[in-house]
Amino acid sequence: MRIVIAKPGLDGHDRGAKVITRILRDAGHEVIYTGIRKTPEEITRIMIDEDAHALGLSSLSGAHQVLIPKICEKLKSSNMHDVVVFAGGIIPEHDHQILFDSGVRAIFGPGTHSNTITEFLSEVENRKLNKMPTGVGEDLGWRWC
Amino acid sequence: MALVLIEDSELLESALRGDRRSLGKLISRIELGFNPGLKKSKTWTLGVTGPPGVGKSTLIGSMISEWVRRGERVAVLAVDPSSPKSGGALLGDRMRMQGSDSSDSVYVRSIATRNHPGGLSYFIDPMIDVLAAAGWSKIIIETVGSGQSQTRIAAFTDRILLVEGPDRGDIIQAEKAGIIELADIIAINKSDIPSAKETFDSIIYSLDMSKSSNVDVHLVSALNGDGIISLIASIEKCHNYEDENFIRLKERLLSFWDSRLLSYPDLNDLLEQLNTGTITLDEASDMVCKGLLEEEI
Repeated sequence: MRIVIAKPGLDGHDRGAKVITRILRDAGHEVIYTGIRKTPEEITRIMIDEDAHALGLSSLSGAHQVLIPKICEKLKSSNMHDVVVFAGGIIPEHDHQILFDSGVRAIFGPGTHSNTITEFLSEVENRKLNKMPTGVGEDLGWRWC
Repeated sequence: MALVLIEDSELLESALRGDRRSLGKLISRIELGFNPGLKKSKTWTLGVTGPPGVGKSTLIGSMISEWVRRGERVAVLAVDPSSPKSGGALLGDRMRMQGSDSSDSVYVRSIATRNHPGGLSYFIDPMIDVLAAAGWSKIIIETVGSGQSQTRIAAFTDRILLVEGPDRGDIIQAEKAGIIELADIIAINKSDIPSAKETFDSIIYSLDMSKSSNVDVHLVSALNGDGIISLIASIEKCHNYEDENFIRLKERLLSFWDSRLLSYPDLNDLLEQLNTGTITLDEASDMVCKGLLEEEI
């Protein structure tokens, strides 16, 4: 898959995002890393121009419940309903539902094993192959847990 | 199959009308072997190559800003190698190109080599044609100059900029790579570091020795913008040597030859026979030539 790993907002801590980038590359994916401090508009444009299938958002600054739903909305209004969105970083349990409601399909916190993330992506590939709703703007029945 | 074709032609149409989502999808289709078969239009292409870490992407970023200020529409195809082991790729060029994500006048697309037989040679031309037809006035191809097949991609452009940096050891290293002969313009980046001047001097010296070329050499800093304007002036006045430049045509031919060879259907058989010593390399290449000819008929 072509996957964009992005750091939205004013958050400069990207060690985690870089590690994820490496893990996904080693699992055979083409990974585009955006660098830090990207706006929702920029991230959406990158998704469009790179024709990416999935977007991983890393957030450690606490702005996730504002920025991540905004990015999901932008993707939907740009006709990218089929794009799969997952998130990682420091996202407290009580904020998870807001993100899931926006179309995020998985949230990976600290201590997540790298295999879990690659298994999630295999499942995503599988679902897409079988035309099951997985994208940010598709039916919200399924999520990874 | 017919369905796919209809989809492709619709995609092409809306990409040419300026829809970026369609352009993105179309380029993915070309990567998978689709050729839109556009009539060759007038294109302006620049290849940017050079060793890893010299600042190619950052330099492209500052050139983009200047070109956009002048009203150009700039498209960049940033080529990075796929891992031969996992097949994955880390595409990080665009993060170093300032302004690449926020302007309507900039299109940056990362491309993994995907270990295509023979690299990207089959796909780069159709991609350039589509971008030109969609109204992108400057098309830049960035490739890492580490290995012949990578460098050869730059030979598919009309002018080649080689980027070098300071403290990379003897200039002989650069000459060994055989890239200098392909370059129309050389930029020594990181002029903000004093030793860049030494690299600049040694390149000038080495070109004087060879007397072969009228290559422009520039000392620039992508970091603070020094020398960028005169570098751009030099790139703009650079002639399009398309038909005269034998070296470049040779690289393109070699690139295609690699593709043909690697897509030879019995290649694995051949390698097996080479491995067991039943045939020699000489015999193997004869078999390939013969096999490819028969394929044609």
